[in-house]
Amino acid sequence: MKEQEKKTNSFRGAAKYVLDEELAKIVNISIALEMPLLLKGEPGTGKTMLAYAIAESLDLPLITLNVKSSMKLVEALYQYDTLTRLNDSRFGDSKRDVSDIEAYIRMGKIGQSFVADAKTVLLIDEIDKADTDFQDDMLDVLDQMSFDIIEIDKTIKARNRPVVVITSNAKKDLSDPFLGRCNFHHIAFPEPEMMRKIVGVHFPKLSDEMATACLQIFYRLRDIGGVEKKPATRELINWIRALKSDPDFKPAVLARGEVPYLGVLYKKSADLGLAAKAIARLRR
Amino acid sequence: MFIQFFYTLRDRGVPVTPTSFLRLQRALSLGLVTSLDDFYTVARSLLVKSERYFDLYDQVFLHHFRGVELKDPETHELTDIAKALLQEWLKDPAGVAAAFGVDEKKLKKMTPEELIRYFLDRLREQTEAHHGGSRWIGTRGTSPVGHSGTHPEGMRVGGVSRNKSAIKVAMDRRWRDYSQDGPLTQAQMGEALKRLRRLVPAGPRDLVNVDKTIRETLRNAGEIEIVFDRRLTDRLKVILMIDNGGWSMEPYVELVQTLFNYARSQFKDLRTFYFHNSVYDVVWQDAQRFYRPERLDDLALRDPETRLIFLGDASMSPYELMYAGGAIDYTQRSTRPSIDRLKFLASLFRHAVWLNPAPLWEWERVRTIGMIRQVFPMYELTLDGLDAAVRRLAAKN
Repeated sequence: MKEQEKKTNSFRGAAKYVLDEELAKIVNISIALEMPLLLKGEPGTGKTMLAYAIAESLDLPLITLNVKSSMKLVEALYQYDTLTRLNDSRFGDSKRDVSDIEAYIRMGKIGQSFVADAKTVLLIDEIDKADTDFQDDMLDVLDQMSFDIIEIDKTIKARNRPVVVITSNAKKDLSDPFLGRCNFHHIAFPEPEMMRKIVGVHFPKLSDEMATACLQIFYRLRDIGGVEKKPATRELINWIRALKSDPDFKPAVLARGEVPYLGVLYKKSADLGLAAKAIARLRR
Repeated sequence: MFIQFFYTLRDRGVPVTPTSFLRLQRALSLGLVTSLDDFYTVARSLLVKSERYFDLYDQVFLHHFRGVELKDPETHELTDIAKALLQEWLKDPAGVAAAFGVDEKKLKKMTPEELIRYFLDRLREQTEAHHGGSRWIGTRGTSPVGHSGTHPEGMRVGGVSRNKSAIKVAMDRRWRDYSQDGPLTQAQMGEALKRLRRLVPAGPRDLVNVDKTIRETLRNAGEIEIVFDRRLTDRLKVILMIDNGGWSMEPYVELVQTLFNYARSQFKDLRTFYFHNSVYDVVWQDAQRFYRPERLDDLALRDPETRLIFLGDASMSPYELMYAGGAIDYTQRSTRPSIDRLKFLASLFRHAVWLNPAPLWEWERVRTIGMIRQVFPMYELTLDGLDAAVRRLAAKN
């Protein structure tokens, strides 16, 4: 029983996620203070993965709200499906009660996390895509843990306060009231030692020699200036996967400064060209 | 607890709020913090809301808990100002000497390094009331100068040094809050820019047109007939060219930043380029004007309906505008005079304006403003000016 309790209360990383101690502390303090945790950092530092890891390690269901630039807050809360109601009243062959509006209210992602029977982890991904009004209004909802459904004049209150994780790519600055209500952490790009652990989690059987060679090249590639989208953790993992799946590949190639499957690391053609040039320079 | 820590953070310019401090107290009372390491992490995540201040937080933390001496936060910025002063001095030794109240000859004997040190010392004497944080778009720290001393003396003509000695600007700019002394607030700016948006229906038909649905349903003798429309989306393309180099644009940083932030949130398809004083063969996509050049000729490939907005004070030496190879950055030696490049752009994009943050009454005195006005319609960067510019850009033909 005691064990069980411990498990739901504190977060210590998950199977596929390497957690540094600092971040674990911040996650735990956010859960304890019941504050949303705002994560910033360049793409590929594992912001979204963290929410998955929290859900996995606390054994809670995860609900993800992918924010889009045109999104209205009400869409994230609930939707009144007028069209279905209209159709139902027209054909009269549905089991729903047409006179009951509530039967046509569908919960959005935030609404789902409120009405869920158990505690959930609510991931609000890439909040910076939406405009500031959306952000501020949403925090009101998360602060109060309740919202109104105007159509049926009913207030939905959260049965269990979800663990809220918000990510931002820092495309736009977030507003001050928003920041004020969140717990903030900026995830820096992992250091080589940390990255070695991350790689180890994904490829437990990878040889040290190969891992070191890959990481060395990876970090050297990240130093190339002027690249629009630097390769990140995801690209590195995919790249190693590509290397491993090639039967003809030998780690010695890397030591010579060759970089096969460069396209896995760079997604933009201009970047690819830049990187290819830089590699050619390094080899000389 | 830790009240002094909180106030030191505040003094050093980390925007900490009392609410967040109370939250920290709650965290402490919950027994979640058991060591100094815990405190470091927890306090930071609760108090500091941007990674920009992490470094400052570290310094204050070390000072408070480890007794490390706090470094003067102004030094870095002062160095930049001093460098800019050196540049100013190269152009106008008498003016700078007068501003410092010293003999011009005395300064002339110094080497550039000595001059910088001298400027730095003098600046430091007067900086008690300063708070950091005047940042230029997209970059950290103000770095108005990229080179020193490649131009001969007396190149700068346009009367800019008139009342605006570099010293005065350096000392004044942080005090000024442009959003307060002018009528141009962020929201108003957003409203003005919004008018530029051109909404056209695009994408899948997924929006119910209620009026048409009713009409069609009636025509259909009461059988419901639902009519869908496409959503309205903004299809306007905008290119924003920002002059982010040079001392002369320095006083307008905040104003330009505001506009830039609003433009970024208003327009779907906005490209921003940077230049210094005027455009030559290339402009830059990065604010440092170093990594990602864009050839001006390549702009010809863009949609000619794109709206082109220049943002700069258009004040420079006529030489920079009229002669081939007149660029102020020595790395940029172009083959054609800048004015030709501007005319080229004007021929590419018929909807183009130049927004000038310098006040209208100054325009007459600066020759290059007059020359550029002949190429692009120029508007003052005020609410009225912006309004007029938007009207011009929104015109159908």
